[in-house]
Amino acid sequence: MAPSDVQLLGSWASPFSIRVQMGLKLKSIEHEFIEENFLSNKSDLLLKANPIHKKVPVLIHSQKPICESLLIVEYIDEVWTDGPSILPSDPYERATARFWTTYIDQTWFPIMKELEKAANDEAKATVIGKVIECVVLLEAAFEKCSKGKSFFGGDNVGYIDIVLGSYLGWIKVTELVGGPNLLDGTRTPGLAGWAERFLSHNVVKDVVPEPNKLLEFYMMVKAARASSSA
Amino acid sequence: MAEVKLFGCWYSPFSRRVEMALKLKGVEYEYIEEDLSNKSHLLLKYNPIHQKVPVLLHNGKPIAESSVIIEYIDETWEGPSILPKDPYERAMARFWVKFIDEKCAVAMWKACSSPGEEGEKAKEEASQLLKFLEEELKGKKFFGGDNIGLVDISANFIGYWFGFAQELKGLELLTKEKYPNFCEWVDEYVNNNFVKENLPLKDKMIEIFKTLA
Repeated sequence: MAPSDVQLLGSWASPFSIRVQMGLKLKSIEHEFIEENFLSNKSDLLLKANPIHKKVPVLIHSQKPICESLLIVEYIDEVWTDGPSILPSDPYERATARFWTTYIDQTWFPIMKELEKAANDEAKATVIGKVIECVVLLEAAFEKCSKGKSFFGGDNVGYIDIVLGSYLGWIKVTELVGGPNLLDGTRTPGLAGWAERFLSHNVVKDVVPEPNKLLEFYMMVKAARASSSA
Repeated sequence: MAEVKLFGCWYSPFSRRVEMALKLKGVEYEYIEEDLSNKSHLLLKYNPIHQKVPVLLHNGKPIAESSVIIEYIDETWEGPSILPKDPYERAMARFWVKFIDEKCAVAMWKACSSPGEEGEKAKEEASQLLKFLEEELKGKKFFGGDNIGLVDISANFIGYWFGFAQELKGLELLTKEKYPNFCEWVDEYVNNNFVKENLPLKDKMIEIFKTLA
């Protein structure tokens, strides 16, 4: 069997990897998915393809590696131009999409991670407050970007959709472990509706993992970390 | 009313990057200096989420985040390209900018401002990170090849700003012996006619560093 020209080194549970899979699916790009095992040592292939950060996802296209999930998605959009566009075509709308995807990854997500580390109820309440502030901003962004349509990208799934959407499994896990219901129909009706539509979209629904599977994974990783530091 | 306005700060490397991009494209703009200790209501209006400079205002529409602004400038105005045309080269250029901002900047700032062991650790980390940039410059005049590009204007803070911090703190992190390619790039970059006109003055930089670090 001829090796695929496109390979994705990724992890089924990683939102960063998931969004790249969504991008590849949106463009109907045939590729080989190589699962990197989160709990074992990093593979030689990963260390060679991403020597600086040593992280997934890495896209390998015609043997050239591209790292960093947002950069990979933009690369996919620029190379495979005969599929549907992921980023908008208007420069101002592109800038808006880039602003929000950066916000999601660099402002909202780090605060989400703080939830896990919150030492007591008071700390937890503070973090939850900050997370909700972010989500309220994202609700306003959705209203503005969607212009009354189904997705941030309008009629079609776009850049912000797949970046925020790649976290949906984990957002549900947060709720399952006693955290807040983030995409609450009362506080964020736009996003609540968006999440439902996104998760049933043909192209993405098989890529977002089941929350229960993710929860199992999360418990396993937590246990492994606890035993390695004991 | 000017079509293009830039809210910036004279000593912010992020603000200066955007100015470089505008000047490379020959875009006329109105510059508005922000006092970061007393932010204007306009800045807070145009960047309510992060409340930071730089912010570009084009035909009344605001754009925040220096790397987002620079890509917008490259896409909107004719003139020399800031990003490469080839998608793989573009991905690599964006990669290096992220590396510089998210890894190098953090480690180098810590190396200058954190005391004791934390500072030492940061210095060691920064040394390792600079090796990657050193390697990337092999055989090249600029990160962008023969001409200044996105990575060069984004590496400005290492090329220029860090030099002052290093001098002030007596750090020997970025030296010709350890990083010959990188130091040669710094010389080329800061002495480039076009760049020279757009860098803040040395004595003003040293003054501000004394208050910041």
